[in-house]
Amino acid sequence: MSDILTLDDVRITYHTSGGGVPAVRGVDMAVAKGEVVGLAGESGCGKSTIAAAILRLLPPKTKVEGTILLEGENVLEMKPGRLRAVRWTGASIVFQGAMHALNPVKRVGDQIAEAITVHQQAGEKEARVRVGSLLEQVGLPTRRMKDYPHELSGGQKQRVMIAMALACSPSLVIADEPTTALDVMVQAQVLRLMKELQRDLGLSMIFITHDLSVLVETSDRLAIMYAGKIVEEGPAELVFHSPQHPYTEALAAAFPEIGDDRFRGKPMGLGGDPPDPAHVPSGCSFHPRCPKAFEDCPTVEPDLYPAGELRRAACLLVPAAKERTGAGA
Amino acid sequence: MSQTETSATPPVAPEPETVIEVRDVRVTFQGRVGVFEGLRGKKGTQSRAVDGVSFELRRGEVMALAGESGCGKTTTARAIMGLQPIEGGEILYEGKPLPRDLKPYRREVQMIFQDPTGTLNPRQTIYEIIAEGLRIHGIDRGPNGEPEEQLVARALSRAGLRPPENFFLRYPHELSGGQRQRVVIAGALVLEPQVIVADEPVSNLDASVRGEILQLLMKLREDLGLTIIIVTHDLGLAWTVADRVAIMYLGRIVEIGPAERVLMHAEHPYTKALLDVVPEAGGLDRPILTGEPPDPTRIPQGCRFHPRCPVVETGRAAELGIEARCRGEDLALRELAPEHEAACYEAFIRHGDRGAATV
Repeated sequence: MSDILTLDDVRITYHTSGGGVPAVRGVDMAVAKGEVVGLAGESGCGKSTIAAAILRLLPPKTKVEGTILLEGENVLEMKPGRLRAVRWTGASIVFQGAMHALNPVKRVGDQIAEAITVHQQAGEKEARVRVGSLLEQVGLPTRRMKDYPHELSGGQKQRVMIAMALACSPSLVIADEPTTALDVMVQAQVLRLMKELQRDLGLSMIFITHDLSVLVETSDRLAIMYAGKIVEEGPAELVFHSPQHPYTEALAAAFPEIGDDRFRGKPMGLGGDPPDPAHVPSGCSFHPRCPKAFEDCPTVEPDLYPAGELRRAACLLVPAAKERTGAGA
Repeated sequence: MSQTETSATPPVAPEPETVIEVRDVRVTFQGRVGVFEGLRGKKGTQSRAVDGVSFELRRGEVMALAGESGCGKTTTARAIMGLQPIEGGEILYEGKPLPRDLKPYRREVQMIFQDPTGTLNPRQTIYEIIAEGLRIHGIDRGPNGEPEEQLVARALSRAGLRPPENFFLRYPHELSGGQRQRVVIAGALVLEPQVIVADEPVSNLDASVRGEILQLLMKLREDLGLTIIIVTHDLGLAWTVADRVAIMYLGRIVEIGPAERVLMHAEHPYTKALLDVVPEAGGLDRPILTGEPPDPTRIPQGCRFHPRCPVVETGRAAELGIEARCRGEDLALRELAPEHEAACYEAFIRHGDRGAATV
């Protein structure tokens, strides 16, 4: 089996005082070896929830259904000891706020070494050598291991976080908005670094952000999420440049290319607001904001229909949808 | 609102009228020192956040002020608002220096901040929030004798919150991020300003909502003849909305001109570098400047961009015989094409000014 990660009908419901809130409503996804999958969507669409579920980092009362297979093993059924071993060695996460993810009173080298000694039973000395080479790998001089987080800039801290994520040679790295807090130039540096590491080490990655233009640059495949479901997926460039789902189209238009006359003087946007996960609209959850909605949309919930080679889209306007549901404009 | 146009006006493009003129403005922040160092006479390091910025804002235009964090774009915007005391230079509004009492000026020039949630008082209703501006300025009737309620309703509906009455009694937490930013915009509009200074107005909003807020700003410009400055780090945004773009680096404008010129035919290597990092498909192989955003407490000599400049680094500057100037001689903006100015020796040479090479 060449898939590192497979999600099968994953449903995640948060527990709140007002009852269960479905954040993820049935997601299938696969990440092949060496593949980068970009997961895009707005806040509240469930993308970070999926990331946390893969390593079982969700709050205790959260209900997770379906299966999450990491290298063939169901994460949701792992015993605590096995789970601890899989975190960092099987899969690791680079979080958004590098500034806050590091311990401010520990040298960064020690923090990376800790991940290694805890997980690989390596000795202090071995770990230290490994930390040095990891830092070099992420473009920081070895002497930086003696620094405290406050001595590093935002970009450097994010590099330390990346080194830490790579410390135990995981087969899957999840990057959850790894560059959103960074300045434009530093963002480009960090993205390039991640892409290079991914190529060199043959890593499988899930890249999560709302910025589609970043994902097109880094990912092989894209999955667009809306209201807890994947609404479109396919090869990154195709999804970005010829979207099949109206939501993808709107999201792509939010990051216009400079020089594209369609956008000059004409910012494009969607009406309405992202839906509240506790009150997802009926039928196609996107219909209240959709510029192309027709009479079937509020009642018929679309599946992901085939929409071209290697592509799927959950929209009733996709030709394959008409054959399956009989609905159509 | 007098929107009636006299048909007698000849259809000649009028000379652009300057609304705000920023002349050689400087802002310095004083670093802090500990008590003991202070007693020993040690001074904090000075940070030259804005270091001689000049430009004019023309009536009815949208101008984008862009650059990395720390380049002084927000400080410039705050200085224009009178929120930031300036150390040198001056700011003229309709040809006159800013008065000591800024209240009348603030009615004409309103600011929109980045984070709508932080801007709105969570304990005030939307009505109170909008009416507060009117009350501060002692306005209880509109120009045609409209009551306060009508003015608030008009501002809300102009900002796209319709029907406005539905929002009067709601609180900010009941609204979505996009709606909150609309409330902030309504709060600015209720005073019928001439100019709006928007500091990263959409960067805190969800991607699909951004376009709507930008559309709203464009519509307000169209309908009310507003003049807008947008501070942003996003050149794609500048491309969609701005008529003119000014690129700032370490407290200076290094390039300014019509958006099409600056973004499609950039002259300054820094502008080119910024354009190179705008993400697009397959673009990770383009050159990326190394190093961190520069430090305004230590502004390099010469062209302030030279330590990161690819023209210097690749030896192109030496070839052209300008390297000494790049490293040692400060320079000002020069017009290289109509309306298009940049401050770069290499660009000067490209435009036929051989004189730049002689030291």
